[in-house]
Amino acid sequence: MIRILGNITEPIEVEKGLKIVPGANTIITTIDKIASWGRRSSLWPLTFGLACCAIEMMATGASHYDLDRLGIIFRATPRQSDVMIVAGTVTKKMAPVLINLYHQMAEPRYVIAMGSCACSGGIFNTYSTVQGVDEILPVDVYIPGCPPRPETLIEGILKLQEKIKNEPYTKERCLSGVCLIDKSDLKGRDESLRDIEENKG
Amino acid sequence: MNPLEILKRIKDNFPEEVLWFRCFREECDITVKKERIRDILAYLKNTPSLEFDYLIDLTAVDYLGFREPRFDVIYHLMSIKYKHRLRVKAQVRQRECSISSVVDLWKTADWFERECFDMFGIEFKGHPNLRRILMPEDWNGFPLRKDYPVYSELKDKEWQTYKELKEAAKGWREDAS
Repeated sequence: MIRILGNITEPIEVEKGLKIVPGANTIITTIDKIASWGRRSSLWPLTFGLACCAIEMMATGASHYDLDRLGIIFRATPRQSDVMIVAGTVTKKMAPVLINLYHQMAEPRYVIAMGSCACSGGIFNTYSTVQGVDEILPVDVYIPGCPPRPETLIEGILKLQEKIKNEPYTKERCLSGVCLIDKSDLKGRDESLRDIEENKG
Repeated sequence: MNPLEILKRIKDNFPEEVLWFRCFREECDITVKKERIRDILAYLKNTPSLEFDYLIDLTAVDYLGFREPRFDVIYHLMSIKYKHRLRVKAQVRQRECSISSVVDLWKTADWFERECFDMFGIEFKGHPNLRRILMPEDWNGFPLRKDYPVYSELKDKEWQTYKELKEAAKGWREDAS
């Protein structure tokens, strides 16, 4: 029972776990719900375009399919991103870069593997190709297709939103304890080797 | 100039070096020994009536299991002035897997030779900066050799950094399951 400007009113339950107070411009809900609502309604993806899937991803972001209407705005930096869309073939040489960028994203962070190459290596069962990004990253949504059409990508994003909707606020995702590049001297192995060589010469 | 005439001039100038040549649909290639390959190419480039001033491509072929001079290093040449083309192949053995660099003739050979070294492990003697160009610098083996694994399973040849990445992924895989 709530008293507003002399009127006594009851909060009305509009859906499960969500109540509004008539006339008070107020809603009552749990922190889980409000946090997941915020998270899933502004998924800012880190574009990781690596091959032809990137073209479909761009098409999805452009005016015809218009990802902005889902609150999705592509960011060019991992620091401002929530979800990494790995669009294309990941080579082993690219893998440390991928991990590095993933660990620069703020938690909670999600990964969408877009296209058959990112899901499983696709047709590239070769020495240089990572056989699916799930070998090195925890993937939330797999989108098959070669490349997937924009509708498919949108479907995948909606699936991710559904997943986030059911997540508790305090869910622990990939813990920093298992982060490789962040904590070890592996960071920029090639560069550090080069530095050493340059210092010698 | 007629391709056959070009071949004839090479034959006249380097009689000891030429092994054989072939012509098919007005495309000619000539196979030579590797020892004087630089002289032959310098001759082709610097002779005024030939003037092969453009190195289109430099690559190699692995004939493992077909013959013993295992590799052919192939130079695709073109003259911008006369518009004629020629392929020169130099045979390289598995032992002493090396050949003279032609970077001083064509600057574009720099990266071609690095790629060729990266993929086939052929050493280009006299190259100013012979490092891997495509694969990571600490990669094991030479991927385009015929005895290199075809599929993604490299086992002990796997790149160390990638092995470590997969190893680290085991942590969250176990947590998740």
